[in-house]
This record gives sequence, structure tokens and C-alpha cells, in this order.
Amino acid sequence: MAEPILRATGLAKMFGGLAAVRDVSLALWPNQVHAVIGPNGAGKTTLINLLSGDLAPSAGTVIFEGEDIAGQALDRIARRGIARAYQRTNIFAEFSAFENCRLAAQARRQQAIRLFRPARAYRAINEAAERALALAGLEACAAMRADALSHGEQRQLELAMALATQPTLLLLDEPLAGMGPEEAVRIASLIARLAESHAILLVEHDMDAVFNVAATVTVMVDGTVLASGSPAAIRANVAVQAAYLGEAAA
Amino acid sequence: MNRRGLQAVLVIGLAVLIALPVFAGKYDLDLAAKIMIMAIFAMSLDLLVGIAGMVSLGHAAFFGVGAYALYLLSPEYGAANLIVSLPVAVAAAAVAALIIGLLVLRVSGVYFIMVTLAFGEMFYYYATGARWLGGSDGAYIYQRPQIALVDLGKGHAFYFLVLIALAASYMFLHILAHSPFGHALRGIRGNEHRMRSLGFATARYKLIAFVIAGALAGLAGYFDAAQFGVVNPELFGWRLSGAVLMMVILGGMGRVHGAILGAAVLVLLENFLGDLTTHWLLPMGLFIIAAVLLLPRGLADPAAIWRTIRERRVG
Repeated sequence: MAEPILRATGLAKMFGGLAAVRDVSLALWPNQVHAVIGPNGAGKTTLINLLSGDLAPSAGTVIFEGEDIAGQALDRIARRGIARAYQRTNIFAEFSAFENCRLAAQARRQQAIRLFRPARAYRAINEAAERALALAGLEACAAMRADALSHGEQRQLELAMALATQPTLLLLDEPLAGMGPEEAVRIASLIARLAESHAILLVEHDMDAVFNVAATVTVMVDGTVLASGSPAAIRANVAVQAAYLGEAAA
Repeated sequence: MNRRGLQAVLVIGLAVLIALPVFAGKYDLDLAAKIMIMAIFAMSLDLLVGIAGMVSLGHAAFFGVGAYALYLLSPEYGAANLIVSLPVAVAAAAVAALIIGLLVLRVSGVYFIMVTLAFGEMFYYYATGARWLGGSDGAYIYQRPQIALVDLGKGHAFYFLVLIALAASYMFLHILAHSPFGHALRGIRGNEHRMRSLGFATARYKLIAFVIAGALAGLAGYFDAAQFGVVNPELFGWRLSGAVLMMVILGGMGRVHGAILGAAVLVLLENFLGDLTTHWLLPMGLFIIAAVLLLPRGLADPAAIWRTIRERRVG
């Protein structure tokens, strides 16, 4: 495990004259959760956008499995095995939960897709979709239309779709946001379980969840990295306490 | 309407169309053939508009290519070879759709509407000035295509060939819509960015859909030219593109059988009102406004009319 699965170096994103992200470097390792925390506007979501290909970085490199993917097309990066769950739920409302996952599972097998077989006839795709649904705890809602699911279930579906693409790296943007306490515990333990087989970048506000599952925590403030280290080191870091954890840590 | 009901209606409709030559006269059969041709055209556009979410206002361009292909393949006073000219016309429309698709699919939404409209008009104006295409007056095709024992100019051969083409086009699009490819197109209509973030090369999916739709529109144009024996630049024009879009909307977007209904209603209405009054566009317009208000999901979902009325009353 000498090589990280993804190494970003000197990443920057300028919006006009404003630097949303500047000089961010981080390494993501297989089977580990790397958490990114920081106040609103710190550039956490922009960072995810740069890694996923939603945005092209203004500067810097992103080496994923030995190749620089910075600035590559969104769908190409996804097909390499980087899946993203969005902060704002981004599902297909008129499809059932299962169909949402099946569509996601289909994305990695486009070469195998022929035009003239019904979608339900593809076993490998269906199985991947079912597995993802079960992992996210949505088996019971498989046949329900996505827009009929509760808010928490939609968040779970967002995660299930990312899983259904069978990625090696998961970029999770506040997966616990808006969830009830029970669902949040469930998803937090799912993330811990997923870390056994995936590299995970986790942006999250829920501090307890972050410090429990993360091997590394990076703190961002004003678009750049304030500190990075083990959860214990971050908790003890004076600059972090002052800038971010504030009264909660005091 | 549930699936069983729909299947029953489709089978009955097919049976009626097969039996029609027994009890209908030439005028009615010609009208039925015209409806079926427009239905193929409308279904092809529904693949773009209703399934993939790409609203094109230039779809007649490919209809025109299919029609003019037959003209160019017909000897001056003889009949074109059916087995050669039909596939060539469809292929020509597909190639035109491939080239135009590569250009117009760079934009989406309102810009897509504008750019497709512009390309349709480009074809129109080119045809009005092109001698080899007959210029603004168009040109005649004196004999319908034929091959061996099949002569589209005799008996009911033309009618039945168009019916077979309609049924085949419907099956083709129905299967396509339920394949993974069709699901991906629906996903693209819902949220293209999300589809890309899942890993779909959406541009390729849209281009394939555009080419298939163009090819089918070319097939309809070929039959149109064969039926009426004449081509003119109007076949490329925005009026026809608009009319076929109306058929799709009226029939109910995204439901292939809806496009058939939309085509039937619009062609019949035009025919009926045109006999009644020279100002037929006025009642036609009123009808379309009423249909859109009462049937927001189109003729494909007639039950919606009662729901709509009830909701209006409650609201």
C-alpha cells in the first residue's frame, strides 16, 4: 500500500477573481475514509467537484490509479471508477428506486448494451442494482417511485446509485445531511463497512460520525487546507479549534 | 389505461387497418395511408422529444431527404426499384441526421430548438434554389416504386406496405424504449448531468437517438413522396416540423402509441375542417388549445380528461 489510489497536488479553482479552492493537496488510500470538514464556504463541495470532474481545476494535478485525470470529462472519470453522491439529492424522480440503481449499474457496462433486449433481461446489471439497494437499506422500497420516498430514503438512494456503479473511490458530499438520527446511524455504519472495500472521501458536518469512521481528517477554511492528520491530532489542533470547532470543542 | 387494455386496443386497431381495404373506398384508403405515414413520422420525433427530451423543430429536414431521395432514384418516366430505393432513402436520411446531429447536439434546450429549426430552413432554402431538385416548384414522380410482383402503384400494395412499416416502426420503438438504451435516454431527459456523473457518455446516446429518429423520418418521407408522386421544398420546412411536433404533443409525449393517435386526429381534423370551411385553421387552433388544456398528458391518456375536469371543479 505504498501508493495512494488518488493523489491531488496543488489543486485550485478560480471563479473569476475568486479562489474557491487554492493549493489543496491530499492523498486518498484504499480502504480508508478521508474526511474533509470545514465551515460553510470553505470549498469542500468545490473540492469534490474538481475530483469528480463536475468542474475542471484551474491548476493542479489529480493522479488516479497512476494517471492524471484533472480536467477530464465527467463521464470518463466516472467510468474509471470514481462515483459521487451529491449533496443535493439528484435522483430520477419518475423511475423506481430499483430502476434508478439499475440505470447507475448500466453506466459501467455500456459496451455490452445492445439496443433490443428489455432492460430487465440483463442479469449482472440487475444484481449489481439489487446489491446496492440492499447495502443502502432500501430493499423494501425497491419498487417505489423515487419521488415517493422520504427525504432520508432519497439520500440513501443517492448513495445506492453511487454504489451501483461499482466504484473503487466514493466521493460522498454530506451523505447524512437531513437524515433522522436512526437513518444517520445506519448510514454512518454503512460508510464504515464500505471503507473495508473502497477508498472514501467524506465531506460531512456531523462531527461524531466523521471522527468515528475517518482515518484521516482534513480541515478546510477559506478554500485551502488548514490542517490534516489523524482525528486525534485534529481534535487537539489549536488552530483548528479556533477556526472551526469553536465553542463545540472548547 | 393499463398495459392489457393498451395491447387490446393496438391489436384491434391493427385488425381494423388490415380489414379496411375490404369495406373502404379508394379515398378512405388513401387517407388512412396518409395517417399511417404521418404516424411513422410522429413516432420518430417522439423518440427525440418524448423519450430523450430533445425538442426538435427541424425534424422535417429528414422527412424531406427521404422524399427527395425517392425522386432522385426514380427514372424520369419509369418506376424506382423498391428494394434499392427504400433502403437508400432511409440511409440518406440517417447520414443527414448523423452530420446535423454532430453539429446540433452541442447545444440543448431552447438553443437546440433554434438550431434544428435553422437547419430545417437551410434545407428548405437550398431546395428552393436547386435546379437538380426541381427548385421551388418541386418535381413529380410519375410512377410508384416497384419490384418483381410488388407494384406500389397497383391494388392495395402501397397501403399494406405502409401498414407493415407502421407496425414494424412501432415494435422497433417500443422495444427500443424498454431497452437499457431507452432507459438511458429517459435518464438523459430527466437529468443529463447526473447521467454523465454516473458514467454515461450521453452525447453518444443522443446522437444514436437522433440518427434513428432521422432514419425513420426519412422512411415516412419516402412513403409520402411515393403516395402523392410529388416533392417540393415544403417537405423540409418548419410548417411540417411544427405540425409533426403538434402530433407528438397532442398524442402524449413519451408514449409511442400516442404519436399514432396524434397523427390520426390531426390529419383527420385537417381533412374534415378543410372540407367544411376555408378558414379551417381557426377551429383547428381552438381544438388544439382545448386539447392541451383538458388533456395535459395527451390523447394517449384519455382518462386524464375526467381527472382534469374534476380537479378544475374542486380547485
